[in-house]
Amino acid sequence: MTTMETRAAGTAAAAAGSEEIITGCDAVAQALRLADVDVLAGYPIRPYDSVMTAVSKMIANGQMDAEFIVAESEHSQFEIGKHASLVGARAFIGSSGVGWMYGMEALVVTSSLRLPVIALVGNRALDDPGAFGVEHNDALMVRDTGWLLYWVESAQEALDTTLLAYRVAEDKRVMLPCALSMDGAFLTHSQHIVQVPGPAPVAEFLPPYDLGDRRFHPDNPVSIAPQFNEDWVMEARRQADAAMRRARGVIAEATADFRRVFGRGPDDPFVDTYRMEDAEYALIGMGTVGLVGKVAVDRMRAAGRRVGFVRVKWFRPFPRPELRALLRGVKGVGIVDRDYSFGSNAHGGVLYTEVAAALYPEPTRPVIVPFIAGLGGREVSVENIEEMTDITEELTARGELDASCQWIGVRGPASDPRYDVERGAR
Amino acid sequence: MSAGAVDVTYRGVFQKNLAGVITKELVKAARREDKFGGTVARYGDSPERNGIPAKQFAVIASDMASLQVEMTKYEPDNVVVVAVMDDTLAKGIESWAWYGVRPINLNLAPGGTLLVISRQDPAALLKWIPRRPQPWTLAILPGEPSFGGLWVYNDDGTDYRTMGAIARVTDGLVSLESLIAQAAGTRDGGKREQQLREGYEAVQLHQVAAGEGAEDTYVPVQMPDWTQMREGLVVPAVEVGRTNELFMKYTTRTARPLIKFDACVKCQICYTVCPDECFIPTPEGHYDVNYDHCCGCGICAQSCPVSGCIEMVNEAVFDGNEPLHGVYERDPAAYEELRAEKLAKAGGPVPHYGIY
Repeated sequence: MTTMETRAAGTAAAAAGSEEIITGCDAVAQALRLADVDVLAGYPIRPYDSVMTAVSKMIANGQMDAEFIVAESEHSQFEIGKHASLVGARAFIGSSGVGWMYGMEALVVTSSLRLPVIALVGNRALDDPGAFGVEHNDALMVRDTGWLLYWVESAQEALDTTLLAYRVAEDKRVMLPCALSMDGAFLTHSQHIVQVPGPAPVAEFLPPYDLGDRRFHPDNPVSIAPQFNEDWVMEARRQADAAMRRARGVIAEATADFRRVFGRGPDDPFVDTYRMEDAEYALIGMGTVGLVGKVAVDRMRAAGRRVGFVRVKWFRPFPRPELRALLRGVKGVGIVDRDYSFGSNAHGGVLYTEVAAALYPEPTRPVIVPFIAGLGGREVSVENIEEMTDITEELTARGELDASCQWIGVRGPASDPRYDVERGAR
Repeated sequence: MSAGAVDVTYRGVFQKNLAGVITKELVKAARREDKFGGTVARYGDSPERNGIPAKQFAVIASDMASLQVEMTKYEPDNVVVVAVMDDTLAKGIESWAWYGVRPINLNLAPGGTLLVISRQDPAALLKWIPRRPQPWTLAILPGEPSFGGLWVYNDDGTDYRTMGAIARVTDGLVSLESLIAQAAGTRDGGKREQQLREGYEAVQLHQVAAGEGAEDTYVPVQMPDWTQMREGLVVPAVEVGRTNELFMKYTTRTARPLIKFDACVKCQICYTVCPDECFIPTPEGHYDVNYDHCCGCGICAQSCPVSGCIEMVNEAVFDGNEPLHGVYERDPAAYEELRAEKLAKAGGPVPHYGIY
């Protein structure tokens, strides 16, 4: 976005709201302005860093009043965000790929201190090789550590979910950090149609950040994060577990309130379902793969095939009840992982493992086929989705309950002695 | 089918090697009797601080299953001997990982033995050691505490004399013969055998009746459950001007600073350098000492510019932690008498204390 456009956006937004053509990163920046974020810490790495550019322009133009600290590394950046949050400032951090990894220690202490920092992860392949394209492994690395995790599909959703994330994370019943994942390139660097709201509904939706009696301040003498030993750690973990359990209810409540205040927004807070009503087959994925997935579903529906798409939005907390309800009666499910988990169950991705585990208690389970696609930013096409559906249907017809993971869009033979070494023993 | 443990309670860093040799050699000797064994270094004590009370255990079991169960505990059960490597530890022990000062004999199994290396008599030690509901044995191995360092093997025989004493008091956990056989395979085996026999013979046993000993003031810290703890790892801070009642630190001390108030030039250096803020200004500008929180590091004595003003004196000659400036205020001459008496009893100040 040019400076002129940014100014225009700011002015127009001050009145009522406006339609803009902006990138996913710009959309997050707009949300940060609207949320009146106090402290932003940054360290540049593609593709997330467009948000740094957008925010610094708004601060320079006087459209946003915030401390913007460019740190010397991601580790320091995340620590700055954590400490800002600890003294009562609404804070924002972000990174991509190995940058996110480099700050891992700071990330895990942010969640264990139960500080509602919001992060943007512009999903990027982990080095090596040095690659800018999207893979979800970066954000997924914190999946077990008490971070709320969300994957957006569009720039609009990025803006809306940033506001929603602050509301949920800062809720007294939750108090957990939230990482918003956005596919590198397809969202971070592409401009989309976005409705930018004015300040009034945001003020109504998002109350001021209040850390209460945990705020680190000379008037409130407390000691934070002392050395704990075996006498205390398990209770602290239990508290985080309880917070994550409570988050589901808070997300549902906040999503409903978002619809009330803004007059738009999703019906289901946790999953984005597309033509699943009478579906016999379903594909499940996260992020922008939903955009093509839905188009592929339309095509296949037009050809008379009963196929639907389910996009997992909140990965933490994981939408187990929704997936179980949605997939009840579905014959075959293909899981599209834009990540890898080498050596895991069926050599599938992370989403596959989670969905399969969620469906295990069901009395009748569909055939579940793990797919890996779109690694390192490789495009996932409508044809790829159709191919995955074909394979899922075929394996379902064969009753293949122990399907091996299929790589879609990789050069080379699908079957090869160097690959099928585990056949029969997987 | 049983396991017994020897708890070696020692001064962190200074006696870590000592405790390590004792526990490991006990296990090796027990293996010669076809018993099973292992050692447990109490994890919370690490990384150790200079002088802080710490523990290592030797676990000796009749069978593998009994051993396995004990090896997954921070502190094994059925402690039949607590071997105390420095008698001032008998005043109580407070690991940096704990909450509050614990009695030295807290985990001693009923009928067990507290073995102390000391020059004191049982009555003097029992002034510090809390009473137990069951009878127990106080064993004294005459000697001075052996202090070394992390990289130093202090070859003064304390390790093997202690093992010999343990063989005597445990009645079959590990025999003197096995220890001698084990030592025979090491360098200086003959010297080791001599030391084992010395310890075996020299240890003096004293039966302590139920209820005999100091008052037991130990109150275990109540652990809140997850709904009672504050969220976000927040704990109340110690207010300015107050001290942490949950971490006293004095049990780390082997010598304490004793001040000649008449010599004090009120320079405030001790007040400034004390890492634990133990110097309390008095109205006339002296500095009293908070002995509850003094860990005995000796930095004050090293930093004091006046010769003979702050001196480090063996902790064993003191009872209690009351500050002493009150005695001086009431009667300076009486205070000087007290100081002289303590120094005489201790054989003078500890030379070169705290210089490493």
